[in-house]
Amino acid sequence: MALLAVNKLTKAFGGLVALNNFVLEMEKGELVGLIGPNGAGKTTVFNLLTGLYQPTSGSIVFEGRDLRGRHPHQITKMGIARTFQNIRLFGNLSVLDNVKIAHQVVINYGLIPAFLRVPPFYRREAEIENAALELLEIFDLKKYAHEKAKNLPYGEQRRLEITRALATKPKLLLLDEPAAGMNPQETHDLLELIKWIRDEFDLTIILIEHDMSLVMNLCERVLVLDYGSLIAEGTPQEIQQNPRVIEAYLGDEEVAAWEE
Amino acid sequence: MKKYFSTIIICLVLAVFFVAVQLGINSGFISGYWVTNLYLVGINIILAASLNLINGFTGEFSLGHAGFMAVGAYSSAIITANLGLPFPLAVIVGMLAAAITGLLVGLPTLRLRGDYLAIATLGFGEIVRVVLMNIDYVGGASGLMGIPAMVNWPLIFFSVVLSLLLIRNFICSSHGRACLSVRENDLAAQMMGVNITYYKVLAFVIGASLAGLAGVLYAHYYTVLQPREFSFMLTFDVLVMVMVGGLGSLTGSVVGAVLITIASAFLQAIPELRMVIYAALLILSAVFRPQGLLGEKEVSLKILQKLGGVLNGTVGSKQAH
Repeated sequence: MALLAVNKLTKAFGGLVALNNFVLEMEKGELVGLIGPNGAGKTTVFNLLTGLYQPTSGSIVFEGRDLRGRHPHQITKMGIARTFQNIRLFGNLSVLDNVKIAHQVVINYGLIPAFLRVPPFYRREAEIENAALELLEIFDLKKYAHEKAKNLPYGEQRRLEITRALATKPKLLLLDEPAAGMNPQETHDLLELIKWIRDEFDLTIILIEHDMSLVMNLCERVLVLDYGSLIAEGTPQEIQQNPRVIEAYLGDEEVAAWEE
Repeated sequence: MKKYFSTIIICLVLAVFFVAVQLGINSGFISGYWVTNLYLVGINIILAASLNLINGFTGEFSLGHAGFMAVGAYSSAIITANLGLPFPLAVIVGMLAAAITGLLVGLPTLRLRGDYLAIATLGFGEIVRVVLMNIDYVGGASGLMGIPAMVNWPLIFFSVVLSLLLIRNFICSSHGRACLSVRENDLAAQMMGVNITYYKVLAFVIGASLAGLAGVLYAHYYTVLQPREFSFMLTFDVLVMVMVGGLGSLTGSVVGAVLITIASAFLQAIPELRMVIYAALLILSAVFRPQGLLGEKEVSLKILQKLGGVLNGTVGSKQAH
């Protein structure tokens, strides 16, 4: 059984069809790239998968369960986590708290222990803190644990977003332009990091990215969206040679000019 | 040992303060006028801290605090004055009634954001006031009289300490962190598995029930309740305390409540200018210290801990010898 099965997924905002008959099947452990020009509907796919939007039609089945009608926080608990195109950390909270909040999906306790500080409180708090520190250690962010998240350098903020997403113990990770604003060296490091977390955390990953070097070197399969429709799907090599993809990115006339 | 040291110091300071004030009241050293103001400081601390939980920590701008206080005050007064039932029951009923009102108001209005929530909760406060004015059973506009005087220094003291302790425990727990994440970025909070509606309503209900407690104390100190006391100006007073102290700082709320209540006591002589000075204070603090006196910081125990570390060190070395 596929981990994720998206069938004929459509999202319309009034008359504007942001996504049209999107189809995707993913097996566990796959790393799929989602590319397309700005406004093609890539982030809409993520918003539908995470429950921020409800589909106009079509279905999303994750581990055999339909995701339609579920709230975002319920979907997170089922094992889908994401990062954001424009960083959305809890800026005024410490780096440690950012990760702790996410990890509370996995370990938590009731209100009574919180108010009265009875034993489960201390035990669970220690568990949450240790797990968060361990993750920060892995991602080399432990030295910032007590800094405010908004004071971190840009690249570290991006890494913290990934760390925070992983703290929810996801099975499917959605990365929305993780390399945006990074220089080639940072992008290269990110590539290694993504490969490594997939194996280490046993993840299935969907990646939205404009940086083609990252997509082409990382993904086994690439999907191309244009004006809300899937126009191509295949290995990076196939995609690079697909005339419809070149047309979508460069426009008709340029292609003609190239061919001359 | 170090961990407990600051707790012990705080308990000692509080105990000394409690006993000193009690002796002061008994001996007549603290005059009746200042006893009244002392109790008012206590009630205002509870109001400010509970409003801060909603506005400062969860980031939902509510202006309905006078309404919740009125619900607590009137429902508890019905228990003692109209029905003649014991005071402890009145405390429970007052807090519960305010909490349930908070739930009923919170569920629909917390879908609103920012200004809209402020207007909706402001409207709620006014509705409570007008409704109370038109119910003869609670005295209508002329007020509810004959409420037994139950409030004394120990009751005020322990109510304040317990309220602050409950709010502190809540904030420094996973649930409190969830509320903070809602304030920081509600979209990201949802994606991290936080049920944002639940936490918004929860903070609102806890805040409302504590405002209800403040209302119970108010009713059973003054023994007379009039709907016009619970106007928007009351919410405004509390808001000033929270803003001056610092949105998102619990100790800030305590400082704000103490400062504003005492300032207001001194300004009793010139009531015409009181609101002008208030407004000026708010403008000044917004211009020069928009984050409030304490910002988001707490009056830290680090100083105490450092002190504790030094003392511990000497005690420890003595033991070693």
